[in-house]
Amino acid sequence: MMLIMENILLAVNSLLANKMRALLTMLGIIIGIGSVIAIMTVGNSLTNSVSSSMESMGVNNITVGLQQKSEEKEVNESGAVFGNTNYSSAAATDKDYLTTQMIEKLCETYPDSIEAISASITVGSGQSKSGNTSANTQVIGTSAGYFVASNLTFLKGGTFSERDYDGAKKVAIVSDKFVNNMFDGDNEKALGSEVEVKTNDKYIGYTIVGVYKYEESSLGFSSASDDTVTTNMYIPLKTAISLDHSTGFSQFSVVTKTGIDSTNFVSQIERFFEPYYRNNNDFEVSAFSMESIVSTMMDMLSTITVAISVIAGIALLVGGIGVMNIMLVSITERTREIGTRKALGATNGSIRLQFIVEAVIICLIGGILGIILGVILGNVAATILGYPASASVTSILISLVFAMTIGVFFGYYPANKAAKMNPIEALRYE
Amino acid sequence: MSKIIQLDNIIKRFYIGEPNELQILNGISLSVEEGEFLSIVGESGSGKSTLMNVIGILDRPTEGNYILDGVDINAAKDNELSKIRNQRIGFVFQTYNLVSKTTALKNVELPMLYGGKKKKERIERAKELLDLVGIGERMKHKPEELSGGQKQRVAIARAMANNPSIILADEPTGALDSQTGRMVMDLFHKLNKEQGKTIVLITHSNELAEETGRIITIKDGSVKNERKGGIDL
Repeated sequence: MMLIMENILLAVNSLLANKMRALLTMLGIIIGIGSVIAIMTVGNSLTNSVSSSMESMGVNNITVGLQQKSEEKEVNESGAVFGNTNYSSAAATDKDYLTTQMIEKLCETYPDSIEAISASITVGSGQSKSGNTSANTQVIGTSAGYFVASNLTFLKGGTFSERDYDGAKKVAIVSDKFVNNMFDGDNEKALGSEVEVKTNDKYIGYTIVGVYKYEESSLGFSSASDDTVTTNMYIPLKTAISLDHSTGFSQFSVVTKTGIDSTNFVSQIERFFEPYYRNNNDFEVSAFSMESIVSTMMDMLSTITVAISVIAGIALLVGGIGVMNIMLVSITERTREIGTRKALGATNGSIRLQFIVEAVIICLIGGILGIILGVILGNVAATILGYPASASVTSILISLVFAMTIGVFFGYYPANKAAKMNPIEALRYE
Repeated sequence: MSKIIQLDNIIKRFYIGEPNELQILNGISLSVEEGEFLSIVGESGSGKSTLMNVIGILDRPTEGNYILDGVDINAAKDNELSKIRNQRIGFVFQTYNLVSKTTALKNVELPMLYGGKKKKERIERAKELLDLVGIGERMKHKPEELSGGQKQRVAIARAMANNPSIILADEPTGALDSQTGRMVMDLFHKLNKEQGKTIVLITHSNELAEETGRIITIKDGSVKNERKGGIDL
């Protein structure tokens, strides 16, 4: 024990005597450990952020939408996974749209799986004016399930009643920004008031039944000021249909009941719609769940992690060989010292211990520097990607142990060589 | 007085079984009394360094028996030999062989470290020894900051660290000028007289050898002459 303490001091002294050499030797270890820690930090941040956003968005949402038929099936599948971009509604006509009847049929077929249906129709952008004040809105017709699937925070009032939906009442839910612009932020006053909104060159009056808190999209780079910002104004679905004369939707969301295997249910939904679109030359229905996006992201992340780990492994191997090499140089340089130590009564074991400790210290310092570098890089990368950074403590601890293991592994051979030196030859070494 | 070193017909061969097999020591028998100051003289190539290695148990003899302080060296294992070197023999080399990049104090502590002494005890003893050899004020200096004579005094202090019964000095003044060489020799006389240390001095200088109680002359791997008190035996 005493010898270990002395050996640690000795090793630190010998490293300080050759600072540049020690640093260059450590470089492989630093890069190896650093890259592992960096990727682990990014992965950990991503996982934390995804799981927290999953909680707020609801994992059990399945998005069902029209998708252009394509010759290559693979493209379809990846397109389905990566979101809305492939849901081309531009070319879709009334005959292609998903109808209310289809959705109702879907609900009847799977009553045990479906909690609610969130469907919406965008009526168009509108402007509300009252004297000098005005507010820009995007008018969206929503089904009852819409508010189940989305995570709006209501500041005042609430969602539409069943009578509002069924009767296609002219009622609206507006954002707090809207209230700021039209009612000087007085939610109390806004509730129950009627506002006129101009959409498609028509003025229609709506009674405000709820105010929600506007949240900027995490990906939004909105340059609009608070005065001109366009916020969503929600109206009942049937009200929107009557205004828009539209007959269907290009997409809708299904909120599944808890405990439903959404991956399985996704394919059930696709099979359900298959007969409707069998004869449609342009479109088919595709569905995907939040869960499948998350699992795809995780798969991707673990692929990247494996790839970087392999690179890091190679860096560590090369680093370890570097440590072994420098230890061999070091024992050759210190042959006389080894001989002297043996003459003074050092056993083979204590010589071996001295050089293994030295190799371990090199690797350990390299490992610590690598961890610092990795945490910094990981934090920078996570910040750039827009996730709150959090370093993984387990990976830091594992890295430290791993670095020490490398030291023992690659230090053993040189240390053993030193231990087996003949004291006479070592003493005479020039 | 008891015999501390007993060499009996020691033969040392190198490259055994190879065409260039070489016999360096041709059956040397020698005994040293406790408290003796003895010198082994010989020209280079005479085999005196090999003899010193055998006496210092850095090397095992090919044939012959060696009893050191009552221990049969042939029967001892490597780790036991390390312990004997550590506890009973103090080495002083021509080239000092101090561990560089560490202080004089640490160098003197080294044998005690391998001997398992506690830190406080080590430092105390090391300071005491450095004072004894007259360079106590230089204990924080590293070997490269010391002169040759000072280095050799640190080496002598180190040799004394575990209070060994034998000090084995291989050409201790070989790299020093006559004045500092004199100082080192005086130190050996002092250790021999005041502390009763057995000292074996290996040298090629007859002048230095004359100062010691007994002179053994080695030539071609055999004892050629033995002188005690100025009389050939």
